[in-house]
Amino acid sequence: MIGVIVFPGTNCERDTVRALRMIGAKAELVWHGEEALDDLDGVVLPGGFAHGDYLRTGAIAAHSPVMKGVRRMADAGRPVLGICNGFQVLCEAGLLPGAFVANRNLRFICRFVEVEISDSRSALTEGLHPGTRIRIPLNSFEGNHRDPTGTARVVARYVDDPNGSQDGVAALANTEGNVVGIMPHPERAMEEVMGSGDGSELLESFVRATEAARV
Amino acid sequence: MTVRIMRRSDIADPEATTVARSLADLGYDEVSEVRTGREFILEIDSDDSGRVRERVGAMCEEILANPVIEDYEVLIGDS
Repeated sequence: MIGVIVFPGTNCERDTVRALRMIGAKAELVWHGEEALDDLDGVVLPGGFAHGDYLRTGAIAAHSPVMKGVRRMADAGRPVLGICNGFQVLCEAGLLPGAFVANRNLRFICRFVEVEISDSRSALTEGLHPGTRIRIPLNSFEGNHRDPTGTARVVARYVDDPNGSQDGVAALANTEGNVVGIMPHPERAMEEVMGSGDGSELLESFVRATEAARV
Repeated sequence: MTVRIMRRSDIADPEATTVARSLADLGYDEVSEVRTGREFILEIDSDDSGRVRERVGAMCEEILANPVIEDYEVLIGDS
């Protein structure tokens, strides 16, 4: 079972559950007040505007009770995926390096982007060869990742820089590869009618990682 | 207590860049740099000023500031 976390202001949770179920995974919504996530094989922090992006995007959500459970899962090596706002929450929680600032052109970017996989050693990219290019939608105002320490393990980069993100970072992982954040939305590219089915390859890798984590 | 939170000078600040450009476009071309930040004014019920400073510092470290991209300053206000 994969848990999809819902914070107040999250809005991509149902698309995320649908996408996971489309590829055969069991997925359910988990409210942010829930601390115990022991029955879950993996967890996804979906996109949206948790707490209205108040204080800083993802800052308040990073302190939600559910994050205690997410942290335990991350420490135990279970797959944890943050999509868009979820990626921002993982950075604020210190589970992934760096932080986000506004897109360089100060515009909310809402379009398909091409992303190139640079590292397949992660729960999200394990099924894709480095160099593979995929098309998925980017929908964000603060997708500009900054990493002053330069320690991030980049697993995917934008082919054409849409937002000024340092090193073109579109997705990155922790050292172990079980915690991954991606700024564009794989759950919005699951089938051709959505404009691209490329996102399904990423989520299939993630689902396989959750099956492997189930001991 | 006032907490001033500033974007670190080594971190990209697209809002600051845009404000600087706007000022130049309006003719205020003597502005060479803009940095952005914000202030939180906290009403604290306590007389122990040392402890208050410590606690407000902890608030900054834990949530009010993101140390990856921001610096903070705790300013003692007049009561």
